[in-house]
Amino acid sequence: MSVRPPIAMLAELTHRCPLACPYCSNPLELLGKDKELDTRTWVRVFNEAAEMGVLQLALSGGEPASRPDLVDLTAAAHQAGLYTNLITSGIGLTPKRLDALEQAGLDHVQLSLQGVNAGIADWVGGYKGGFDRKMMIAEELKRRGIPLTLNAVMHRQNLDDLEETIEMAVDLGARRLEVACVQFHGWAQKNRHMLLPTREQTEAAKQIVAEAEARLRGVMAFDFVPPDYYAEYPKACMGGWASAGINISPDGKVLPCHAAETIPHLEFDSVRDKSLKEIWFDGAAFNAYRGTDWMPDPCQSCDRKEIDFGGCRCQAMAIAGDASATDPVCSRSPMHGRVTDLLADALSETSNEFVYRRLSRSA
Amino acid sequence: MLEIGHSDRPYLPRGVRIVEDRVRGGRILLAPEKAVALDAIGEAILDRVNGEATFGAIVKDLADTYEAPQGQIAADVQRFMMGLRSRIFLRVKT
Ligand code: SF4
Ligand code: SF4
Repeated sequence: MSVRPPIAMLAELTHRCPLACPYCSNPLELLGKDKELDTRTWVRVFNEAAEMGVLQLALSGGEPASRPDLVDLTAAAHQAGLYTNLITSGIGLTPKRLDALEQAGLDHVQLSLQGVNAGIADWVGGYKGGFDRKMMIAEELKRRGIPLTLNAVMHRQNLDDLEETIEMAVDLGARRLEVACVQFHGWAQKNRHMLLPTREQTEAAKQIVAEAEARLRGVMAFDFVPPDYYAEYPKACMGGWASAGINISPDGKVLPCHAAETIPHLEFDSVRDKSLKEIWFDGAAFNAYRGTDWMPDPCQSCDRKEIDFGGCRCQAMAIAGDASATDPVCSRSPMHGRVTDLLADALSETSNEFVYRRLSRSA
Repeated sequence: MLEIGHSDRPYLPRGVRIVEDRVRGGRILLAPEKAVALDAIGEAILDRVNGEATFGAIVKDLADTYEAPQGQIAADVQRFMMGLRSRIFLRVKT
């Protein structure tokens, strides 16, 4: 199999974040500031990435605006020829900082949305006043004409506000709305009982998105990630494991995807020790599930193996206890019963509290 | 809603641009969180998109350059542009 270079890089500049969303995709063991790569190393990584064929860079976190050098990093990425995309909650951005980011060549902003009003958004984000500050920044982005995607993370607590969410995205001038139903990795697994939508919500969401998509054609584009526990087949793993995207954690570990660290037997190389190219082409973690040879049955003999690539390795790890198993979300998986059980459990639990994402003091 | 009129002037909005792909060769349309490799036809169309030229003028220019019937070219260009417009990779001035 000939391995092609990655197209997109996700740079998790930091795990620090003023918000504490209970579905954060960062690992449970968050890294502190002292573990983060310095400016120079990030700049080197961006240049290596561009040279090996990466076109798109997402500056992410945690909250990337928590890095005081965000503007310098953006400028360096832009100079390297990368398309720069800032993935932010908006907290930590100011008009002055936006001036500097625009000057530095920032191409696009993806703004997260926790809810359509302060009541729900600040509860979900665990940060009082966050919604109002976010809306201020959203208005700034609109006024400046900075290309905007709104990333609405949806779950049981806010799916009933989907129509309002769509109207809000249109009002804010977003070109694109991601209706991203929570995927159960990292912190979201701790909050399944609060986050898992009901089957009714799931069906309603599909209809609402389909209707809005038709109505808003040419005005706003949609990307819909439905909740996959109810699906017949799993969500496709990107274009297959280690085929298109590369992730860098705040301390420089190079990951095939943001959740890959949940697979305990994989070892990850660091940009501190090796070149990005070496890691991408020869790294053990990258080659572990590349292509289709690693697949067990039913995937190996399945007509969908080039469509969904056996689903998510991290989900197979989490639910089947084996990262090389068929994703248990798949109705053809021998472990599918575990998903049905998880669904029933999550919907019957009565707690009304989130487990918020926090930096543990020992880390 | 997506169809482009004869006198509309298509343009690439801020955040959408065309770059050379130094590693793979060819040209790429870069847009928010998306990279689209352009084939020769896509390139020929987008080379003529500048916010000034109308859809009609672009079609005529292409038909003249490639000595192809205008009706055929118009259909191809329309399909290509509608695809981009549905993702807001292309907008038009009316
Ligand atoms: S058996 Fe494997 S390849 Fe087939 S649909 Fe299920 S997850 Fe996908
Ligand atoms: S393994 Fe799972 S989380 Fe990772 S990219 Fe594939 S689908 Fe996404």
